[in-house]
Amino acid sequence: MLSLDDSANLQASVNAALENGMPLRIRGGGTKDFLGHPCNATPLDMRRHRGVIDHQPGELMVNVRAGTPLAELNAALAREGQQLPFEPPAFGTDATIGGTLACNLSGPARPHGGAARDAMLGVRMLNGRGEIVEFGGQVMKNVAGYDLTRLMAGAMGTLGVLLDVYLKLVPMPEQTTTRVLELDAETALRQMREWHASPLPVTATCHDGHRLYVRLAGTADCVGAAARRIGGEEPADTDFWRDLREHRLSFFDSQRPLWRISVAANAPVPDLPGDCLIEWGGNLRWYRGDAGETEIRDWAQMHGGHASCWRGHAAQAFHPLSGGLFKLHRKLKQAFDPAGIFNPGRLYPEL
Amino acid sequence: MPTQSASLQDRERLARELGKQIPRQNILWQEEDLRPYECDALSVYRRLPLAVVLPETIEEIQRIARFCNERNIPLVARGAGTGLSGGALPDPGGILLSLARFQTILDIDPENRLARLQPGVTNLAVSQAAAPHGLYYAPDPSSQIACTIGGNVAENSGGVHCLKYGLTVHNLVALKIVTMDGELVSIGERALDNPGYDLLALMCGSEGMLGIIVEVTVRLLPVPESAQVLLAAFDDIANAAAAVSAIIGAGIIPAGLEMMDRLTIQAVEDFVHAGYPRDAEAILLCELDGTQQEVAELIRRVETLMRRHGASETRVAQNEQERQRMWQGRKAAFPAIGRISPDYYCMDGTIPRAALARVLTGIRRLSEDYGLPVANVFHAGDGNLHPLILYDANRPGELERTEELGGRILELCIAAGGTITGEHGVGMEKINQMCLQFDEAALRQFHAVKAAFDPQGLLNPGKAVPTLHRCAEFGAMHVHHGELKFPELERF
Repeated sequence: MLSLDDSANLQASVNAALENGMPLRIRGGGTKDFLGHPCNATPLDMRRHRGVIDHQPGELMVNVRAGTPLAELNAALAREGQQLPFEPPAFGTDATIGGTLACNLSGPARPHGGAARDAMLGVRMLNGRGEIVEFGGQVMKNVAGYDLTRLMAGAMGTLGVLLDVYLKLVPMPEQTTTRVLELDAETALRQMREWHASPLPVTATCHDGHRLYVRLAGTADCVGAAARRIGGEEPADTDFWRDLREHRLSFFDSQRPLWRISVAANAPVPDLPGDCLIEWGGNLRWYRGDAGETEIRDWAQMHGGHASCWRGHAAQAFHPLSGGLFKLHRKLKQAFDPAGIFNPGRLYPEL
Repeated sequence: MPTQSASLQDRERLARELGKQIPRQNILWQEEDLRPYECDALSVYRRLPLAVVLPETIEEIQRIARFCNERNIPLVARGAGTGLSGGALPDPGGILLSLARFQTILDIDPENRLARLQPGVTNLAVSQAAAPHGLYYAPDPSSQIACTIGGNVAENSGGVHCLKYGLTVHNLVALKIVTMDGELVSIGERALDNPGYDLLALMCGSEGMLGIIVEVTVRLLPVPESAQVLLAAFDDIANAAAAVSAIIGAGIIPAGLEMMDRLTIQAVEDFVHAGYPRDAEAILLCELDGTQQEVAELIRRVETLMRRHGASETRVAQNEQERQRMWQGRKAAFPAIGRISPDYYCMDGTIPRAALARVLTGIRRLSEDYGLPVANVFHAGDGNLHPLILYDANRPGELERTEELGGRILELCIAAGGTITGEHGVGMEKINQMCLQFDEAALRQFHAVKAAFDPQGLLNPGKAVPTLHRCAEFGAMHVHHGELKFPELERF
């Protein structure tokens, strides 16, 4: 694996941007360019800052440079029988771990293994004053200072440049199996909630409109017993969870707008025109259809959540924030990036 | 302004003004009424506030915040006061805001596995209310009978089970906070992964410096089908430490993995007779939970690993009663130490598991150098140490020596790649050691974040993050990956 420390050059680029007042567009593999608002600024290429700095299997911890390809990191961890707990989607071969964390993207394991942000233990980053600062660290429990590490997750690069991150790992399960049941969406929603509320070793659930998929993982005995209890069949599609994670299922083929709606698990099947795919025990709904931005957002909000525009056009890519919340966002942006040089407008047009 | 010089009239005048914001009977200002609030569970620090307020509604909290903001009066929030780092220590020129009246469980939502709570609800009450639905709240700090959920968020509390189930930050779904300018802000509701910046994470462990937590929504988990405990005794603490790494390295994540050293074992045995082997140098308690098949298999594997790493004895609890008894000893460890020493001082550093044996040896050496016994009882699975320094506050100079020894232990933790606090918070207690863990630029970034929420610095002043000036006076050396680095002090 290629290992290069490019932090000095990255720092020089940030300082140059500060000097000439030219904002930067922080960019890894460009696989998430579609997410958020377009940002016209000078690209800051992260791909030369790459490689695993330290992987301690006994500590369930990896320290990795942000520009490391996600695929390379996954492969390195798998060699030691470990994995990232949040099963991140890559959306292309060039995805980097830094971009993944900046977007806080988690896959099917989210309700079981936590979000990308949950796995973040520490960060070394460049702030908008061109300083290299470190927060958190390599240990699981750490309450010294504010949690500025997790604040970077989902900030879409608007608060600083991630250099190196410490991530928590989990062992790969001894055995994994998937069962599939023919169920309508409403019954499936109820069933998912029941499974997630029971002591069954469920690590993922998905309803694709016709069938309910459930993934079980753990020791061989335990998985076998749970599979017998759940019933159903083994699916023909052995790569189902990978295809779901990477949006390669036929549901995602369409050119129609795609929305990611995060709601309370017990929200009903949305009464919006179009199709819906359910994940995360009911907490996540992918909506493909032509309902208007306001209609979608109202529905999400009514059910305790929020909606992001994944593909298509929307005035706001991410769910608008309340006045008080947005005021805090503006002040935090100011606290990290007073000159506004990082990814201007990428997360919210006014930020 | 020191309390003694704040005259009775000053306090009375302040109370009268406050009486325009909230009912008069919810304002305390006479010295004897203020006394119970002079400290939290770290009682070596004591100060009286000018007044204590006990609001009953969120609107009253907003009014108090605005009142303080307009008059430049410091405001310190307090839950049950069980914190171990002086985080709820009052400001002598300020108002202490107690959330004791906010004790209502607003909603237990079994379908969504959520609990919506007022901040003064105790940690244990959440699990008790969820129990009829087969659910519980995972983070379980040892003070869980008394500590409040609002305080848990402010400190990002952990507990015995966070190795597998995470800290407060991993189990938090939504918050309502009141900012220093009196605004009520909602962060999240009932869904996962909120849009925008992760203010839930930022609020977690912010020690009352950024906002006042007025409502908390947490995630509930299904009660595991089965839980089992194994006790292993070791003649050598280094072997016990190696066994800890071996278990985790083998891909097993116990629900809890606790270690006790000889001094603690003996104190515990004298106190609660938990049945621990008295002659062992160290014992490990390993709890595994999950389905019955899973637990049965993992217990076998853990037992083999323990033996392979030199355990002289292993014992599996044969029934629930025995399991409770094994844990009872662990839970009674702090009071047990309290019986054998007039005072003890609890540290909270966290280190990588691989450094356990090395750091424990270092602590033993320091303990000998300072002539103060140190008992070790801690969350070994996540490397969170709790060295207890035994001392007698009545002996002149002993508290000072204890604090110095504590500081040295924390330096050991930083040098091993760890942190000065895993779950108790910085508060007042570890404010100087923050200068060792963070360099000037990082501290400046913390202050910038604080100013984004509270530009006048009125919320819990002087806690959690030291001023650069304080670090210069402390003569701190920022310890970085075991190397000592001298910051440029001359500019101060």
